[in-house]
Amino acid sequence: MAGFPILSVMLLVPLLAAVACLLVEARAARWTALIATLVNLGLGLVLWANYDVGGAQWQFVERASLFAGFEWKLGIDGIALMLIMLSVFLMPICIGASWEAIEKRVGEYMAAFLLMETLMIGVFAAQDIFLFYIMFEAGLIPMYLIIGIWGGQDRIYASYKFFLYTLLGSVLMLIAMLWMVNEAGTTDIPTLMAYDFDPKVQTWLWLAFFASFAVKMPMWPVHTWLPDAHVQAPTAGSVILAGVLLKMGGYGFIRFSLPMFPEASAQFAPLVFALSMIAVVVTSLIALVQHDMKKLIAYSSVAHMAIVTIGLFAFNPQGLEGAMIVMLSHGLVSGALFLCVGVIYDRLHTREIDRYGGLSINMPYYALFFLLFTMASIGLPGTSGFVGEFLSLAGIYQVSSWVAFVCTTGIILGAAYMLYLYRRVAFGDQKNADAAAMPDLDKREWFLLAPIAAVVMWMGVYPESFMAPMRADIAALDARLARAKPEGDAQLTAPKPKAATATEEHAAHGGAH
Amino acid sequence: MDFVQSFRLTAPEVLFSLSGLVLLLGAAWSRSDAGARIITWLAVAVLAVAAALTAPTLLSGAKGPATLAFSGLFAATAFAALAKLLIFAAAGASLIVAPAFFQRTRDYRPEYPVLVLFAVLGMCLMVSSTNLLTLYIGLELNSLAAYVLAAFLRNDDRSAEAGLKYFVLGSLASGILLFGTSLTYGFAGTIDYAGIANALTGKISTGAVFGLVFVFAGLAFKISAVPFHMWTPDVYEGAPTPVTTFFASAPKVAALALTVIVAMTAFGNQVAAWQPIVIFAALASIVVGALGAIGQTNLKRLLAYSSINNVGFLLIGLAVATPKGVAALLIYLAIYVAMTIGGFVALLMFKDADGEPVEDLSDIAGISRHRKVLAACFAMIMFSLAGIPPLFGFWGKFVVFQAAVEADMIALAAIGIAASVIGAFYYLKVVKVMYFDEPAMKATGKSDWMHQALLAICALAISPAGYLLTKCLDGLSLAAAASLITP
Repeated sequence: MAGFPILSVMLLVPLLAAVACLLVEARAARWTALIATLVNLGLGLVLWANYDVGGAQWQFVERASLFAGFEWKLGIDGIALMLIMLSVFLMPICIGASWEAIEKRVGEYMAAFLLMETLMIGVFAAQDIFLFYIMFEAGLIPMYLIIGIWGGQDRIYASYKFFLYTLLGSVLMLIAMLWMVNEAGTTDIPTLMAYDFDPKVQTWLWLAFFASFAVKMPMWPVHTWLPDAHVQAPTAGSVILAGVLLKMGGYGFIRFSLPMFPEASAQFAPLVFALSMIAVVVTSLIALVQHDMKKLIAYSSVAHMAIVTIGLFAFNPQGLEGAMIVMLSHGLVSGALFLCVGVIYDRLHTREIDRYGGLSINMPYYALFFLLFTMASIGLPGTSGFVGEFLSLAGIYQVSSWVAFVCTTGIILGAAYMLYLYRRVAFGDQKNADAAAMPDLDKREWFLLAPIAAVVMWMGVYPESFMAPMRADIAALDARLARAKPEGDAQLTAPKPKAATATEEHAAHGGAH
Repeated sequence: MDFVQSFRLTAPEVLFSLSGLVLLLGAAWSRSDAGARIITWLAVAVLAVAAALTAPTLLSGAKGPATLAFSGLFAATAFAALAKLLIFAAAGASLIVAPAFFQRTRDYRPEYPVLVLFAVLGMCLMVSSTNLLTLYIGLELNSLAAYVLAAFLRNDDRSAEAGLKYFVLGSLASGILLFGTSLTYGFAGTIDYAGIANALTGKISTGAVFGLVFVFAGLAFKISAVPFHMWTPDVYEGAPTPVTTFFASAPKVAALALTVIVAMTAFGNQVAAWQPIVIFAALASIVVGALGAIGQTNLKRLLAYSSINNVGFLLIGLAVATPKGVAALLIYLAIYVAMTIGGFVALLMFKDADGEPVEDLSDIAGISRHRKVLAACFAMIMFSLAGIPPLFGFWGKFVVFQAAVEADMIALAAIGIAASVIGAFYYLKVVKVMYFDEPAMKATGKSDWMHQALLAICALAISPAGYLLTKCLDGLSLAAAASLITP
């Protein structure tokens, strides 16, 4: 493997395929896109297989001094590896989901998705801060086109809102990056992660980064672009938006905000907790009253992302690992839920919950998959959702019982709105004749949902596979954060501190064994 | 300083004077369409030769006394050379696109290339000026040619109106500038930039401040910076599109380079006096350019406001007042020229089935369905003008803001970049109209292959492939900035 620039190849394959898709007609474009994304999935598996767990922190490093001011520098650690895997895993499914649903301008559609894949991998693999910014921002263009051209009724409003909201969030981050590079004299992310900025300046830098990542994440109250974008985007667009794009915010926190500004992160942790607590409760309640399935899932995404942020700012390994697993799990589960909506939307062309009912009678397999993903979204043990949420909440419990308490109510509310959705769609009477006449999953839809279901179960039963590559990186991050770690509110009075540590250890690996 | 040396340094200018006169003579004899075309291509060839003569100056990073010609009236520095190369490229593009545009109405006449050559000569003098007189002669030579060019379509009312407006307001600006230079001369006792810099050190007198303000006001007019931007949309809309292409690119480069020269050399010791003016003009241009563009339905007016908006970002590079800032401005300028030429060439290619040019935003609705490549190129240019990575327009904004941050002007950078989001709105609107709206099927006409080739070159330059040029641009612009600031 040594010397083979696998990351650059992974960026190049979809890019070339995107150009090819523009030149050929619809059928060929579909196949080109599918083959290219499958090749990238293969490359991703090779990457994972060759990733040396416990080896160097940064692996597969490539660099080329092509530009003035920044470098072409790629490399991954375990965290980036997992997010790249998530991206390459979801992409072929997205292409498959668009196979029949997209009929107009197929070549351009596939090209936009392939370009998106290049940029997503680029975001996670970039080791140069400006290369990261370019990849991070560039994703706006294909997503704007995907929502605007192939979206639903109010697609134009949604596309503008998505673009301008995220752009406004990110521009100040660029100024902060310029300042940091000027101060530290390097654009190299690993070096910057170890650079100690003056805590006074950290406050400003942290806020500038926060503006960008909070919008991307999205955190309450800057989440309002998300329901619009999700509802209007085509199914595959929603999958990629919920599955991967939202993870860029969490990745940004874990890669930039926390290691580069530990003091400021500690200083602002209460703010993050407050926003997250509000998000969990408020957006869950909003989700409860939605009539539109996609909107409901979009609001549930905001609630799940709030669990990610509290985990990240818990400043302990449980919280960080939990946050990562929630991100991966949410990427799979929300993607799968959007696919489930897409399946019935393709048949009836409505997302109105009331237009369905009793689907478990005429679509038993569909109901089965939908149930699995509903349970995973709630966080039932045995599914991926449980592992992440449990770890995150265990992490935050060490810091603040109140935050843990409020966020746990979110889990209960989550169960409420998801089960309520499931009851209305799958159970009850078949009150609509057209919904009752819908055929069950076809072969293509099986191929879309079954792999996600398998991975969701795998992550739920044996999360060690996914946590092992990240463990060393999270430990390194935890060590970096140790000096700014805020004191927890649980003042342990136990005479033997050793016992307390043992309990924590147990909690950390509770899902692993 | 012997004459041979002086003529060697001014070779491109001498070439322009002579060839301009010869071509004018040729134009007097040849009234046919074919003759006009031949003269156009000869003018392009002259520009190419001049570029070949200028390039070594830039590559060698020429600076200091060795660059002065005619007893210090003219300086062929690397800075001037870089500006000239951009001017030549822009002028060449405006010449190449012209014949196909005028062909339809049979309005093409050989005066067009001749006037462009004389305007270029004026611009060369502007960017090589070392004193207020060379500045004024260059500026007027350029302006007089430009007034005529704006009114080139004699039978078109809009064109005549544009020419008249440009003439009246341009003369006013020249008057203001002249007033400023005379005040400056009065208080400094010299017209030489270096002499002015020596005379105006330390605390500056009120009279000299007046001179400085008037000079900057006159120059702001020429670069169409807010609050002296009002003429821009009207002139850009009324002038024939190839002429607008020219106005938006070459004279902008010359006037901005001239502003940099005056600010950094003549008033180089009075940075504190002019910095607030430039900062105001920069931020006001960004905001007014962006807000003004939102309501426009005519594409030429829209691009006019876009150029006002871009001038704001360029001026941030000047406001920083460091060599890095000047270098950033030059990089931005180079990218701006590519984007502007590309934008206007695409505009020239929007024609209806009869070959009639269409200029309205609603006319290009849904054009991405039937003119895929053209729409994609124009969309790229729009995103690039908005400064969205990975397009190369981002790099221009990036270097400008980097210079501002390095000079510790973080508030300026933060406000400027936040205001750029307003601009993104109307660039997005153009993309929306082309890609999201139902096809209007108006802009269906075929385009000339020369236009296609030029658009392809511009699109390639502003595509992510453009980043491969960053090293080269960085080196050249730093050398150019150094030649200006450390004489």
